[in-house]
Amino acid sequence: MCLAVPTMLTEKREDHGTVELAGVSREVSLLLVPEAQVGDYLLVHAGYGIAVLDQGEAQRTLSLLNEIASASLDT
Amino acid sequence: MSGASSYRNPPVVAGLLDRVRRLAVGRAPLRFMEFCGGHTHAIAEYGLRSLLPDNVRLSSGPGCPVCVTASGEVDAAIALAARPGVTVATFGDMMRVPGTAGSLSDARASGADVRVVYSPRDALEIARACPAAEVVFLGVGFETTAPVVAAAVLEAEASGVSNFSVLSLHKLTPPAMRAVLDAGEVRLDGIIGPGHVSAVLGSEAWGFLPRDYRLGCAVAGFEPTDVVSAVVALVEMVAGEEPAVVNAYGRAVTAAGNRVALQMLEQVFAPADREWRGLGFVPNSGLQLRPEYADWDAGLRFDIRPYSAPEPPGCRCGEVLRGVIEPRQCPLFGRACSPASPVGPCMVSSEGACAAHYSEAEEQ
Repeated sequence: MCLAVPTMLTEKREDHGTVELAGVSREVSLLLVPEAQVGDYLLVHAGYGIAVLDQGEAQRTLSLLNEIASASLDT
Repeated sequence: MSGASSYRNPPVVAGLLDRVRRLAVGRAPLRFMEFCGGHTHAIAEYGLRSLLPDNVRLSSGPGCPVCVTASGEVDAAIALAARPGVTVATFGDMMRVPGTAGSLSDARASGADVRVVYSPRDALEIARACPAAEVVFLGVGFETTAPVVAAAVLEAEASGVSNFSVLSLHKLTPPAMRAVLDAGEVRLDGIIGPGHVSAVLGSEAWGFLPRDYRLGCAVAGFEPTDVVSAVVALVEMVAGEEPAVVNAYGRAVTAAGNRVALQMLEQVFAPADREWRGLGFVPNSGLQLRPEYADWDAGLRFDIRPYSAPEPPGCRCGEVLRGVIEPRQCPLFGRACSPASPVGPCMVSSEGACAAHYSEAEEQ
């Protein structure tokens, strides 16, 4: 129910825009994420962007998980 | 980075599982509750339950909005759909949820105008296209969904659409979490916090878990590494650190949440007592439209209020939702109750614990 899929914002027109996932375009409302910019990844829920993904955090999480995983397997 | 594949990397999942095993070895059995139905679904889909060590168990919580919609609330929606001239628009998951006398799907088969929509904006579009119809959107969902519905109400107000209204059955997650813990029926060692609820609400909303219950909480995303890294964080907390709220979904969740969404939610809705399937009436655990938005309140417009109604005979969804029993401990599980022919809502929704356990059993 709280399903929200990360999709890239490809166009922004005032309070709505177009997102693209796997080659499929979809209209999305940006009323809840006015800060979203073209190129951002949004979590889209029921036709509305609800969060802009933080790409720096995403990178840090991936590096940290890699570290934890390899440290555990190497010892 | 957006690619989900980065978070499904099998060697990383294996490494994280190895870390869980090392931390948990020799410990008394640990039990964590995944609050959110989306996690229940992900755990089943990736077979994570069977990959965890025997002394680390995951139990499903009440975080499946469809599952916790009470029988009386489904009955109210069906009663609305039976009114002449009323079109009920709903998310698809609600169609097969049983009330005391059938589901919305049954009502549609008997001639009621019930339509499945992807977004409340679609319901608003139907209202614009059919000015003679009274279009009622069923507002089902947690803090993730309520701001979206609030935004649709504000759009209806701004564009003067008066034949659109909302039957608000929205529910709030922290009061439900407290209700499960206050009941004292389950002993838990930590909580996997809901990812998309927290994207709106902020991870700080779970601060009461360490403060009032001495329980760690790890807010998690929905990919395998997200869920397993949350389990790592919870076992680490049990293993010595102070319980705290760990944000293991930093790419989507901040401490304070989405202020714009919360402001919109609070503008349109006010807290109200609500009945939950399995939890009964919980004070201030739901949302009703504020008096300023009474024109869009379907409950007032059609004078329909959900009443308390019994659950299906023999159905133990309530105990499953509170984590008191595992789905297969219900005598109906896999016999009288299956996804093809569900008795209770936990078998209807793919996020329901019973449906998730059923699909795991099928695969084994």
